[in-house]
Parts: sequence; C-alpha cells; structure tokens
Amino acid sequence: MGKELWKGNEAIAEAAIRAGCDCFFGYPITPQSEVPEYMSVHLPQHGGVFVQSESEIAAINMVYGAGGAGMRAMTSSSSPGISLKQEGITYLAGAEVPAVIVNCMRGGPGLGTIQPSQADYYQATRGGGNGDYRTVVLAPSNVQETVDFVQEAFDIADQYRNPVMVVCDGLIGQMMEPIEWRPVPKRDLPPKTWAANGTKNHTGRNIINSLFIAPEDCDDHNVHLAKKYAEIERSEVRWEERDCDDADIVITAYGTPARIALTALEALRAEGIKVGLFRPITLWPFPEKALHDLAGQSHVKAFLDVELSSTGQMLDDVRLAVEGRKPISYLGHAGGAMPTVEEMAACAREALKEAQ
Amino acid sequence: MLKQIIISGFGGQGGLAIGKNLAEAGMEAGLNVTWAPSYGPEMRGGTANCSVVLSDRPIGSPVFAHPTDLIALNAPSLAKFEADVQSGGAVLVNSDVVSDKVGREDLAALYIPCNSIAEELGNLKVGNMVMLGAYVARTKILAPEAVETMIQSMFTGPKAKLVPLNIEAFRRGAACVG
Repeated sequence: MGKELWKGNEAIAEAAIRAGCDCFFGYPITPQSEVPEYMSVHLPQHGGVFVQSESEIAAINMVYGAGGAGMRAMTSSSSPGISLKQEGITYLAGAEVPAVIVNCMRGGPGLGTIQPSQADYYQATRGGGNGDYRTVVLAPSNVQETVDFVQEAFDIADQYRNPVMVVCDGLIGQMMEPIEWRPVPKRDLPPKTWAANGTKNHTGRNIINSLFIAPEDCDDHNVHLAKKYAEIERSEVRWEERDCDDADIVITAYGTPARIALTALEALRAEGIKVGLFRPITLWPFPEKALHDLAGQSHVKAFLDVELSSTGQMLDDVRLAVEGRKPISYLGHAGGAMPTVEEMAACAREALKEAQ
Repeated sequence: MLKQIIISGFGGQGGLAIGKNLAEAGMEAGLNVTWAPSYGPEMRGGTANCSVVLSDRPIGSPVFAHPTDLIALNAPSLAKFEADVQSGGAVLVNSDVVSDKVGREDLAALYIPCNSIAEELGNLKVGNMVMLGAYVARTKILAPEAVETMIQSMFTGPKAKLVPLNIEAFRRGAACVG
C-alpha cells in the first residue's frame, strides 16, 4: 500500500469512517475543527449521520443516546470542550455505553491557548467526571499511530462497553505526515444485545441507565465496573521502550515530546551518554509494572519526565511506578512551546550528573 | 540529510502550498516528511507560515526554532525569521514583493521575481511554483523530475490542463538559480 500525506485531524475523521463510525456529534473548536469539518462532508457519503450540535454538552449526550442504541458513536473536541463533556462521559461509563472521544489538547487552564498541550492527562486518566470510573486512553505520537488507534478505539470501546479516549496534542491534529491505511487488528465482538434498539437483536426490554438508587445495587454495579477495569489493566496496557536495555538515564514521554526525545536520545548516544526512552502508549492503563521493573534495573540511574505541562501530570504515575527507587527530574512547557532537543539533552545530562 | 524549512508569506500567496508540495514530493522520493502550519490567532491579510521537515532519518520535532532554510514571500516574513536561520542556510526572497535585502553575510540570499515570471506565464497563481523550482534547484534535495511527477499527480481530471503551466513555472524558477 502506498503512503499518503494526511493532516492529523482529517486522518482522525477518515479513520473513524473506516472503522464503521455510524454517528458523529461535534462542535468546532481550534485545534480540532477539521475533524467535524471532514465528518460533515464524508460521513453522510458513507451512510452515517453527522450533527453539529448546539454545544459540547449536547454533542456528548447525543453520543450517549446513539451509543445506547448500539450505534458506533463518536465526538471530538479540544480541552475546554472536553471539560464540558465530562458529565456525559461519566454517564457513558456508568451506563456502560461504548463511545470514542478524541481530545486534541490545547493549553489551559480555562480557555488557555489554542497551541498544543498535554495538560489534560489528569482529566483523561482519572476520570474528569464524578464517580469511580476509568476510560481507556490511547496516546499516539504521530499521524500513523493516530489513524491506527482511532480505528482500534471503536473495537476496544465495544469489547468492554466503555468510553475510549484518543488524546493527541494539538500539533498532531494540525500537522501533515505520510501514513499508510494498513489493516488494524479486528476483535471478535459479541452482538450488542444490551442496546436500546427496540427488539432488533434481542427480546424483552433494554434500559440504558446509570442510576442505581438502592445502596446494594450501586455497590454491586461498582464492583462489576472495578472488575472490568482490572481486566482492561491486564489486557490493554501498551508502551514502547527504546534503548532501555543498557540505559543510564531513561526519558519518559508520550505524544509529540516522545518523538522529540528520540532525536535527543540519538544525539546523546552519539556523545556516549546511554539514554533510553520509555513511552506509554496507553495512559490508562498506565504501564506501571513495566516501568517499575525498569526502575529496578541496576544500570538505570535516573529518570527524566518530559511533558507539555507546567507542573507535570504523568509525572505522578511515573513516581508511583518508580516508587522512589531512582531520582526523577522533570522538564515541562505549557502554552505552546515545544521542548527542544538541546533542552532535553541538557536536562538529561544534568539529571544523570546529579544521580551520580 | 535534514532540511528544516520555514515558508512564510501573506495568506493567499501559496506559502503553505509550497510546503505541502515539498512534503508530497519528499514523501514520493522516500524521505521522512512533516508539514506543520502555524495556527496562531492570524489576522485576515496577515502573515501565515508553515514548517516543513525533510529527512532521511525518522523526524523528531515537526517544529523548530532555527530553520536550515527560509522562503520569505513578503517583507514581514523576512524581518521575522532572518535572524533565526542557521548559519550557511539559504534565504529565498520573492523580490517582486520584498524590496528589503538579506542583511546577514553568513546566509546565501536568492532573490526570485516570482510574480513577474508568473505574470509572463499568464497566471499569477503559479508564483509559488516558481519559488518551489528555485528552492529545489538551489538545495538539490529533490530530483526535479520527482517534483514534476508530483505536479502531474496534483492536477487531475478537469484540472489536468494546468500541468504544463505549473511545470513551466517550476522550470522557470529553477532557471533563476542557474
């Protein structure tokens, strides 16, 4: 198959159509507006439904309704818009309705900036709405992974009856890069006999609901959800390691900073400094055990976490996994500036010096 | 080989298209490529720019502070980016729009009359193709034939008649560099 040059946001929309997305509900916001724009033209041509809703809140509730009726439903937005969707996401999680939600992240807090950011890590991985719940969070670091993950996200959502988020920083949405429409793994999915779709594929009444008013019922429901989350943690965790086998210092990063880190890694290795890269691909479930084991290796002296966030958010998960075994330094930018190769290399040198 | 190019000009001058053409032709030539637009709060009639990377290695950052080369289609773009270009880099200026000269002596300055040539060819819209021809001829990062093949695949169906005009513009730009 030949390579094609695609803009991230348009590729997200095309990938969803190829994955059999039936319905898209969205509202424009920079830097993801090309997703609904592309969908508005192309999804109806494939027999799907596109609605530009009156607000982000309306869009996520349309997803709730369509997903509850068994449709493959999707919405996308950028950070402030994703904040507005949180109530709907917790309802989706509580009612176990599959959905795909794309967050093309921009800087915050509040309206922040339209420039790329990764400051929604907590919101995505901790559940930005109320209650005990988790969403699977896939974090691509280039346009190829973005189209692969968006396609897989629909299957993951259907398999677990759970919302799946694909988070990319605004740069991945805005940039163009060659991709191949390669086949993604297809899962063996059961029919949606739980869907509120009349008696299409089941008999009796199906109700989509997140209200369990009796304490024992709500308790049972939460136990059931917790079991499901544990199963996802066992089965769906993904990460990538580069040159970690002999590394003195390991950079942890995801998304665009991870690809910049790869260039820093090559530059430092050329100087004789042994650097590795540990890149979480699923932010939830976080690859905690793999990072924990790496921190236990005697050759690893220190970690450097790099994010598009001023305070560091994934940094908390890195600390939980490393469990104090090795020192962890942090490099972060918020507001649109990207960390440079030189900056990353200087921080890595410094962190290693301090550790020795 | 690593080229990090900033192409900047007024909206409508075709700067973003030059970048996309470079990325398309680079991809066809088997290089790794990225194209990233600046998407700040741009003003109508203001300056728009894009960052293009062509490399034989996997590309780290699609954006960068110090381009290897600059294509400036208007005066504000030259003023904004000249200081950032890496020493030894090429600066290509649309001399029909920009009367300022490149001040730095460690850069190779090339002044290309994109609009005059496009006008001679009968269509102002191909000014960006003139600049693309000049850039490719100057840097030799791509075979001219590869770009011409890309131009042929760009215009299909009813637009196929535009292929000869665009190829001519591309060649005239290359001829400016000599």
